[in-house]
This record gives sequence, structure tokens and C-alpha cells, in this order.
Amino acid sequence: MRAPDTSEILLQVEGVSLAFGGVRALRDVSFDIRRGEIRAIIGPNGAGKTSMLNVINGFYHPNHGAITFKGRTRAQMQPYEASRGGIARTFQNVALFKGMSALDNIMAGRTLKMRRGLLWQMLRYGPALAEEIEHRHRVEEIIDFLEIEAIRKVPVARLPYGLQKRVELGRALAMEPDLLLLDEPMAGMNLEEKEDMSRFIIDVNNYYGTTIALIEHDMAVVMDLSHRVAVLDHGVKIADGTPDEVKKNQAVIDAYLGVAH
Amino acid sequence: MAIGGPFDTFPKLLLRNAAQFGSRPAFRHKDLGIWQTWTWAQVAEIVRAYAAGLQRLGLQPGDTIAIVGSNRPKLYWTMMAAQTLRAIPVPVYSDAVADELAYVLAHADVKFVAAQDQEQVDKILSVSDRVPHLHKIVYDEPRGLDDYDHSRLTAIHDVIEDGRSALAADAALGGQIDEFIWQGDGSDISIILYTSGTTGTSKGVMLSARRCIDAATDTTRFDRLTEDDVVFAYLPLAWVGDHYLNYAQGLVAGFCMACPESGETIEQDRREIGPTFYFAPPRGFEAMLTRVMIRMEDAAAIKRSMFNYFLGIARRHGESILTGKPVPLSGRLLYALGRLMVYEPVKNVLGLSRVRVAYTAGEAIGPDLFAFYRSIGLNLKQLYGQTEAFLYVTCQPDGEIYSDTVGPAAPNVDIRIAESGEVQFRSPGMFVGYFKDQAKTAEAMTSDGYVKTGDAGFFDEKTGHLKIIDRAKDVGRLADGTIFAPKYLENKLKFFPNIKEVVVYGDSREFVCAILNIDPAAVANWAERNNIAYGSYQELAGHPLVYDMVAKDVAAVNRSLAEEKVMASAQIRRFLILHKQLDADDGELTRTLKVRRGFVAERYAPLITALYDGSHEADISTEVTFEDGRKGVIAARVKIRDLQPVGTTEPLGKAA
Repeated sequence: MRAPDTSEILLQVEGVSLAFGGVRALRDVSFDIRRGEIRAIIGPNGAGKTSMLNVINGFYHPNHGAITFKGRTRAQMQPYEASRGGIARTFQNVALFKGMSALDNIMAGRTLKMRRGLLWQMLRYGPALAEEIEHRHRVEEIIDFLEIEAIRKVPVARLPYGLQKRVELGRALAMEPDLLLLDEPMAGMNLEEKEDMSRFIIDVNNYYGTTIALIEHDMAVVMDLSHRVAVLDHGVKIADGTPDEVKKNQAVIDAYLGVAH
Repeated sequence: MAIGGPFDTFPKLLLRNAAQFGSRPAFRHKDLGIWQTWTWAQVAEIVRAYAAGLQRLGLQPGDTIAIVGSNRPKLYWTMMAAQTLRAIPVPVYSDAVADELAYVLAHADVKFVAAQDQEQVDKILSVSDRVPHLHKIVYDEPRGLDDYDHSRLTAIHDVIEDGRSALAADAALGGQIDEFIWQGDGSDISIILYTSGTTGTSKGVMLSARRCIDAATDTTRFDRLTEDDVVFAYLPLAWVGDHYLNYAQGLVAGFCMACPESGETIEQDRREIGPTFYFAPPRGFEAMLTRVMIRMEDAAAIKRSMFNYFLGIARRHGESILTGKPVPLSGRLLYALGRLMVYEPVKNVLGLSRVRVAYTAGEAIGPDLFAFYRSIGLNLKQLYGQTEAFLYVTCQPDGEIYSDTVGPAAPNVDIRIAESGEVQFRSPGMFVGYFKDQAKTAEAMTSDGYVKTGDAGFFDEKTGHLKIIDRAKDVGRLADGTIFAPKYLENKLKFFPNIKEVVVYGDSREFVCAILNIDPAAVANWAERNNIAYGSYQELAGHPLVYDMVAKDVAAVNRSLAEEKVMASAQIRRFLILHKQLDADDGELTRTLKVRRGFVAERYAPLITALYDGSHEADISTEVTFEDGRKGVIAARVKIRDLQPVGTTEPLGKAA
């Protein structure tokens, strides 16, 4: 795989801790994501991976620590600010509008890019129409990119799981994000769907140059896809480096396989 | 027979169309969700620029250029641009695996390849060391190809742009291209189509421009196709059907070819385009019907009964109305109501509303399937043809349609039945020869210039139409001398929904026996409705009630055979239902799912012995390959059922 071109840091996480009551989900975690790379966050169940992702896109607010995104440091941020700032995400359990078509779902991803107000959109006339056509064009490019032309008009509830995931990826891409967060993009997929999804993730990274942070259980997938891997266990970062380095790390092996006590 | 007049090559026709129908659509392609249209004038301009670009890349007259991909305007334009330069396009099946691709590319000495996308480019690059003359690859879709070494790789878009600017800069170049076009001769090889290779290695069928155009001119007249027609170009580029029905007829008649967005959107795209001329193999029509039927099963009871009622009306009167036979007034009125409520909506859903002429060919079509489409008012007809004929050998004229014939000879085609029963023909579009294969060419021709089809057939006495019964080499004789055409019998049986696969034996035997596979979906459905419990396919296949049901189907086939003088003695006397499905993984079927009769006979030799020695059951154990590649053995005791032949008083054969 091609390594990212720059070492510019897009997102810096410094000393982040997060607790829910007595449960300490994250303890003093620090890592960075470079522009243009595919960065994986892995770990056993309950390691704090999804919490980390939720912290990054402002859904949770860390008790300690700071996050620097595109040079701006902040302690607290709302999810809508994150998406305006260029962070898009997909969810572990698909979160689409079930009754809407694949096309409309992806169009929904363009909402933040639309300038005309509700009234204009309802009239669907003049500048609002021109705007919709322009957005539709971008969405069609994504549909072409993800090879989902055949399901354009199908309500997503009728689609198989693998395709729903792809539509969700499409919706995230429609935001033209700087940073794309993928929460277990391969969960519950069969081998063929996993291979397809892996190819799309690599293509998104290559073609759009989007920086991707992904959480994944499937070790083989992570090792093939990502440029760098951070490993969490019980809320603590235990390893960080290239897939090969991480694979050899004793702490990682112990965390995954367990140690004799 | 200079019907094409001065227009004896495709580039000349393109210029004629640009002058005559300049502003009419020539190509449509759905891209980014929108149908893009190119007029004949635009296409002529693009092809000219493309040809100039290809010439600058080094394409010479007589060179071959392979075309690998699905139906894209740019790939069709590649054919036109190559023909403009008097080079020869060689379309290749886009799903060919690397080895097959390497064989064709090397055999055809291709210097250029036009590929659709990264997938095809990868395949070509992987075999490029086996293609010694390969000079350049041009491609349509750039996605994923950015990082590739571009020393031998160019986007078609760039070739066209390059040609366009070269033409603008140098007026002499334009003159040169025109020169090429007007020098082009009807005897030029306009295309090489490789046969699919089901009967051995694939052969390159060379067709000449004038013959292609003469043949296409005949059939466009036959079906009255004009520039107002629209075809949906979804058939494989490398198949003679696409090149003939869409490309050649399109250029001759000046109609529009609409290319689908992708392989998966064909259904929707067909609906949006609404073609007026349509071709599909029988399984294509079958799949469409199945979709409608499944949806009707789920419909509300009132809709379902309306659907069934009007289909009944259609069965009684539809065919007669379509062929213009007398129908009572009440029938006409009910049929008109049915059109409004059922037939037109069904056709609309399938995208067939505007179809004026539809053809099917390639294999035998089930009489019920054929009758269904005709009864709802679709002018579906059959044709018989092959690559060597540039498609048409026979076709059914409007009003003379039978499900079990392929029609009389197409215009200007001579057909004769050889002593051996083989169909032989001479046709306007017939091929010039196999590329680089004099011996095979000589083998395929008779000394007096007829082409041997390799198919056995006869002219039906009632209709005067040709009936194809089987591949000539598969046709045998029973011990009493009766013609034994296995495929003919097998097809008759396979038209029953309960029967999925059949192998019949009888060559040099005293009577005909059959080994059957039941259709698991259809029979399981029947079992569920009738409360028949079973644990496995094997158990279901051996169930006495299943045997009873299948016996009725076989008896029905015997009755229909009894009506045909030539075939009456080839009735099926004994049959058995096999305990497992025939499978390509076990080598029993080819990859295109055709039965390998000889192999099956060898593998199930004990069963065949039992069929002929009169026993009522037989034991068999066979090795099977599971989906994950493991091997295992299944053993079974298979029962054999006897049948009384129809129309004879003779007691059950001597063997029983």
C-alpha cells in the first residue's frame, strides 16, 4: 500500500480520559492521525474503541485532555460542529433512514453543504433547483464510485446488510469530509462483502485522499488496510505503530490471546 | 445483390447516417443517473477524431484491435474507428478468464486492445507476455488506473482529444481519414468474432463488410426497422447477436442503441428506454416471467384473481388476435379490457411496452413461456442462426409463429437438409473463413459452397418451417432405426417445472430411457403444499408420490412424441430420478451448465445397466465434491419406473 504523502498531523489526541461514573472508559490516551493515512484503532471488546471515536466527533466530552483538529484545539465540541468541521462517520449498527431510498440517504449527507433554506427547497425552483442538481451530481458520482447504481431507488430497509453499510459509507462520503470515522465497517459481513468493503475503503483513501480512522475487530482486515495501528486495552493505549510492529508487540499478543496468571 | 448501394462498409454508413439523420440519436448511455445522448452527427465527428488518434498511436490497415468490456458507447466507437482505418476489431467476452483472453489475443495477433476498466486492463496486463504483438492498451474508465505505468496505456478520451486537436491543426490529416473511408472496400474483413468454444477451442469467424451489410439490410427490411426504432444494447459485445442485431442493423437502419448503466441495472434501464426491437435468449424471457409471477403471488387476492382471469382470456384469444385470425366479438372486448387492466401494465413493468418485434434464439423455448408472451400481445418470434451465417439462417415472419419451429429460411438464404440430417445453408452474410485456420474452414464448408451448421433438423410438413432437433453429432438411431435426438427429448421434458435436468439414452439401444433431476425449488414447494415430509434432496427425489408426479410429465411427453411420425418410436419407456443433482463441480455439467452426456453415462453405468436389464431398482455410490472442495461419497438405492408407450399395443418392452 502507498504510504501517505505528508506527515502533516490532521488530528492530535492528547491525554484524553473519559469516565462514566465509576467506569473509566479511556485513561490518558494520546495518538495522532496524519493527513491522508488510514489509521486503525483496535482492541478487544470493551477496550474503549467506540468511546474514542465518540470523543473525536464530539459525541462524548472527555474529562481530561485535549483534541486538536486541523490546528484548532478544543476541550468540548458538539457533533454538528464536528461534522461542519469536516468529520464524518459511519456507525457500528447501521444508522440510515430506513424508509428512504439509497439515493435520498446519500443526499441527506449533503445537507450541510446546501445553502438554500427550507422554503426554497420546498419550492424547488430557480436557485434551489440548480443547487439540488449540483448536489445530485456529486451524489451520483459517489453512487458510481461505490457501484450501487442498481439500488439507487430502493428503500434501504429492503437492502441486504452489506449494501446498507455501503450506502452509509456513501452518506459519509457525501459530506466530503477531511476525516472519515468508520466504526466497525466490516462487522457482521461475509467474506465477499468484507473484501468489497476493504476495496472501497482503500479506493476512498486513494481517490478522494480522505483520511480514514477505522475501528475494527477483524485483525486480518486491519493489518491489510491500515498504514498505522493504535491498540487499546481497558481504556489504555498499549501499542502504536505500523501493522508489522504491532503484530510483534508482546502486550498486544497478551491482550488478544490472554496471559497465564 | 448490392442492396447497401455505395455504402458497402460501416464507416460509409456512418457518414451516410450523419448526413441523413444527423440530429437523430445514435447512442444513449446512462451515466451518473442521466441518459446521455449522442446524435449520428456527433458520433461521426467523434469516430473521425478517434480514428485520427488511433492512427497517431500506430494502428495500421489490417491490424487487429481487441475490444474487451461491456456495452459502452466508447467501445462501439472503437469498432467504428478501427473500421474507419480498415483495421479489424475483435470483440472478446468480457467475462473471459485470463487464459481464454490470452488465447484469443494471441491467436488474433492483436496489436491494440480497447478495455473497459481497471478489471479488464489488469487481466490483459497479466497475460501481456503471451501476446507478442501487443503495442497499446486504451481504456474507457480511468478509475483505479492512475498509478499504472502509462507507457502502454492511454485513456480513450485522451486518444479522441488528441485526434481532434491533430485534425484541427492539420487539414491534410482529415483528408487522409476520408481517403481511408472511401477506399474501404466491401470485401474488407470488417470484424472477427470468436466462437464461444463450447465445441472445442474457439475459432475466429471472419466476416466481410459487404456481406454483413447485405444481411442486415435484408432483415431490417423483413422486420421494417427504421431510424425511429430503439434497441437496448445489453448483449455481450463479442456475441454475433449483439454485433448483428444492434451494431450492424443500427448502422444500416440508423436507429438508436441504448447502453445500460451497468450489468445490474438492466431491468430498470430497459424500462426507462422502452426499446422497440428486443432480443433475449429463452432464459431471459423466463426470468422476466418468474419475476412477474413471484410478485403476483404476493399480490392481494382480488388483484391475483383479476390477473389469472385475464391471463385465461389471453390464452384463449391473445394469439389469434396477434396473428389476425377471427375472434368472436365478446373475446375481443374482454381482451381489450384485459389489455387495459393487465397486459399493458405487465409489459410496462418489464419494459416491453413499445416492443414491435422481439426475437428469441439460442436454445429451445418452452411452449407455455412462448405462448404467454405472445398472448399478452408481444410479437415474440424465433430465429435460428449462427456466427458463421452472421446470425440469421431462418426467422419467423409475422403471423407464422410456432413455438416448436424456427421458421422458414431468412431472406436470400438457401437451406438444405443433407443426407445425414444436417442443416446446411448459403446466406448473404455467410463468413469468409476462420482466421488463420484454412483446414477448419474447409471442414465447415461443403464442396458446393454450403456451410455445415453441425445441427440436425428437418422441415416440418404442416408449416414448412425448419425444426432443429439436436447437434448432428449427438443424433443417433435406436436399434430399429428410429431417429434418436436426445436434446429434443430432453428439452420437451425440461419444459415441465418439476424437472430440472434430464439425460436420455437410446443410441443403438432398443428403447429410450431417461435419468432425471427434479427441480428442488418447485418440488419442495409442491411437497410443502401437500404435507409431504422429507429430510433431504435424496429423500424427496426417491419419494413415490414424486415419482408419480414425474411419471405424468413423462407420459405427457410420450403423447406429444406419438403425434410426430419421425419420433413416435423414441418414446421414453423407463426412467429414474437421480438421488443427487447433476453438478458442474463433479464434472457432470459444463460450466455453461450443459449436460456432459458421455461422462454421466460412465459415472452412472450401474444405473444405465439397470435401466436396460429390467431391474426395478439399483444401487449406486458416487464421489461428490462439496462446495468447500472436500470430497465425499454418497450411496443410494434408486428406483426405476416403467411407462406404457402411447399409440402402440405392444406390451412393455422386452426388457421389462
